[in-house]
Amino acid sequence: MSDLALIGIASIAGAAFTMAVGSIGPALGEGWAVARALGALAQQPDKANVITRTLFVGLAMVESTAIYCLVVAMVLIFVNPFWIYFKGL
Amino acid sequence: MQLSPDTNVIASWGPWTLSATIVFTWLTIAVLVGFSLWLGRGLSAEGIPSHVQSIVETIVEEICQQIEDVTQQDPTLYLPFVGSLFLFIVTANILTIIPGFEPPTGSLSTTVALSICVFFAVPIYGIGHLGLRRYLLSYLKPTPLMLPFQIIGEFSRTVALAMRLFGNIMSGSLITAILLSIVPFFIPALMQAMGLVFGVIQAYVFAVLSLVYISSAASISDESRGYSPVKKTGAPP
Repeated sequence: MSDLALIGIASIAGAAFTMAVGSIGPALGEGWAVARALGALAQQPDKANVITRTLFVGLAMVESTAIYCLVVAMVLIFVNPFWIYFKGL
Repeated sequence: MQLSPDTNVIASWGPWTLSATIVFTWLTIAVLVGFSLWLGRGLSAEGIPSHVQSIVETIVEEICQQIEDVTQQDPTLYLPFVGSLFLFIVTANILTIIPGFEPPTGSLSTTVALSICVFFAVPIYGIGHLGLRRYLLSYLKPTPLMLPFQIIGEFSRTVALAMRLFGNIMSGSLITAILLSIVPFFIPALMQAMGLVFGVIQAYVFAVLSLVYISSAASISDESRGYSPVKKTGAPP
């Protein structure tokens, strides 16, 4: 197998694995945060503004780990530096 | 398939290239500045304000209110910086409803530029509020052992701020592009609509996070930043 094929296999498998593993944690965390926020909303509906704002900001921060995974996966698939290096040779 | 509008070169003169990112950034700026100029000519303080003026006043008041809620300080201090960040990102993201417009926030260069602005705004606001000495001392606040982590935190949150916005917007347009090749009729339009919602939310998140960073540096009293007991704000209901 050529180097190029190996790199292709490794990057696609790596990208798939990155997304698969990397989205578990943020998904669980976001679900938990939303569940707690809903509980808080049910208990204190008049604090809805504060709770919603904090929830959004928190969700965005939790989600950023998943976004990093997505960026890494995208780089592996579309602009893989090793692929470009070996193809350019 | 292209990952960001950076690679989409519109024109080039020798070593200088004009990428789609720059063009669409200019377009966004032109929309904002043109609208402001047009509106600024017809502003009136007395009598009944025009419809557009009322809408814009509502937006600005809402931004002020949000800033005051987050920082518990005078919002006029932060309004120029944070408000413009929010308005720029929101306009850039919402203009994607125009076909052919690629959001400049979907390119890492734009988001890094924005977050570098935040990176420099933090010490500027901090020193302006506390003076140079107290601002620098605030890095040693919990214990001097934490100094490396404070410095790493300054950089990593800048990178995170840029990456978050870029990743969200880029993934939105990428998913639309991929779906367009699988189910070309209805679903991409839905995803586009969802992309609009995410664009507004991400603009909000970017603005609020930079506001939190700036105001936490600017409002360090002597005991905060380190451990401080939770303040009691009235009895719970």
